[in-house]
Amino acid sequence: MSAGASLPVARIEAAPPRRLGALAGLLLALVALALVPVLASAIGAPFLVVTATRILIFAIAALSLDLVLGYGAMVSFGHAAYVGLGAYAVAILSAHGIHDLLVQSAAAVAACALFALVTGAISLRTRGVYFIMITLAFGQMAFFFMVSLSAYGGDDGVSLDHRSRVLGARLIDGDVALFYLALGVLAVVFVALRLLVASRFGRVLRGIRENAVRMEAIGFPAFPYQLTAYAVAGAIAGLAGVLLANQAEFVSPAYMSWQRSGELIVMVVLGGMGTLVGAVAGAAALIAVEEGLAHFSEHWRLGLGLMLVLLVLLARGGIAGLTARLRGGRAP
Amino acid sequence: MTPLLSVRHLRKSYGALAVTDDVSLDVAPGELHAVIGPNGAGKTTLIHQLSGAARSDGGEIRLAGEDITRLGMVARVRRGLARSFQITSLLDGFSVLDNVALAVQARSGSSFRFLRPVAGDRRLNGEAMAALDRVGLADRAGRRAGSLSHGEKRQLELAVALATGARLLLLDEPLAGTGPEESALLVGLLRDLKATHTLVLIEHDMAAVFALADRMSVLVYGRVIASGPPDTVRADPAVRAAYLGEEAA
Repeated sequence: MSAGASLPVARIEAAPPRRLGALAGLLLALVALALVPVLASAIGAPFLVVTATRILIFAIAALSLDLVLGYGAMVSFGHAAYVGLGAYAVAILSAHGIHDLLVQSAAAVAACALFALVTGAISLRTRGVYFIMITLAFGQMAFFFMVSLSAYGGDDGVSLDHRSRVLGARLIDGDVALFYLALGVLAVVFVALRLLVASRFGRVLRGIRENAVRMEAIGFPAFPYQLTAYAVAGAIAGLAGVLLANQAEFVSPAYMSWQRSGELIVMVVLGGMGTLVGAVAGAAALIAVEEGLAHFSEHWRLGLGLMLVLLVLLARGGIAGLTARLRGGRAP
Repeated sequence: MTPLLSVRHLRKSYGALAVTDDVSLDVAPGELHAVIGPNGAGKTTLIHQLSGAARSDGGEIRLAGEDITRLGMVARVRRGLARSFQITSLLDGFSVLDNVALAVQARSGSSFRFLRPVAGDRRLNGEAMAALDRVGLADRAGRRAGSLSHGEKRQLELAVALATGARLLLLDEPLAGTGPEESALLVGLLRDLKATHTLVLIEHDMAAVFALADRMSVLVYGRVIASGPPDTVRADPAVRAAYLGEEAA
């Protein structure tokens, strides 16, 4: 190694100031979100907390899909199945007297990771449209399995007697407490995924997205890395399902329907694939627009469709790409 | 001396068309073995078979005595056989440094590590810089690979192949599409690589091939019609008729 060669490395290692800026931005966003319940009660609109909680929960699910779709280049059309499985982990365990949130979460994560490993191992033998179709098929299989499971409500779904307990305590019975739990999970998932995509593993995953043939030629087979990402994403979506079941105090197969999978894809694309921040923004935008337009007109989906068309045509890179360009930077 | 790469009776057909037809060749350690032949002679298919990108229908490939005929691309890279691409195939969205650092990462430790940021890894970046330095791209390390000039991309292809740590490099037309100046630079680089690596070079540029090759094989319609030192091959009547004659004429 020559002396001259060390210069560019030094330049690249000079990145931490930006990382500090990102950390500050993250903390700021966290504080702002933490103030939502306070603001909601100040303006006399406590129902906003419920909407905000749903946004946080779907943001977690969208984040996990972004790992698969945005970083792994796997267009999974069955991601809602994992949210549903997580929700059913709560419903089924509750029906058998197991109300502990931690146990339910562990079961949800384990079940989702296993389902993802098995179906992912099969799905990843295909590419492109066939991958979309096969993940859709597995999602629908999970959906119809739950529809036929009459012991747990079948098609009609099942109501929970009460929310999950934490070591026997009724910690999340209140909507505000559940909001903060969802916010905490979202923050942890976000930071964990930020680390993951910048790690050795994440760099390999991003490399496979760019050029799988090249990666194979330098010694990285795509399959084990993509499958691992798929399973991690499934497990995280399961956590979102646990929260969703608690938020609604109701679980039904509708959580796993392919329309729900489609909505998750819309959130990720709307927000900007492969950015993480975008997945959160996309979830917030879609749910806010849904609720906002629904007040306006019963044909609100038309308006949503129009916005999507414009965003995809004019602002490729989604919300995250748009803000990056407005701030004068390059889209991530 | 035992050859580093030994190919025996290798075959590959697409339907009725024999693209690789009973090819045998030996590459000794440290030599640069060029494979030449007119368009459609099956050179790229041969590289695919040697690198593991394509399965062979018959025959045998040995690397340092070990039968690797049935191994996939990744397994061959781990055993020290890497390839470069005829059509530049880089990670365009990655920095030049990261393109090379990934090749270093592939052979140093598990990549199932999920938390520590990899971008600042000094060991990976150090080895990657050494490879970039060797091909003369050190000052481009921070640039996006997609923004390099064509010639620089060819240099980066070489750096990535180097960084895999392979002993044997299969270079698929490293001079493809380069102008005279870029070409001269790359020929110099290949001459430098010869000192440390065994090379199989597929190339159209005859001047470069005859300047660099220790030995060469001439491929026509999937068959090796001549093999030996450049002077012998140049004088071979079959070669003159089938191939060089086209250019001399």
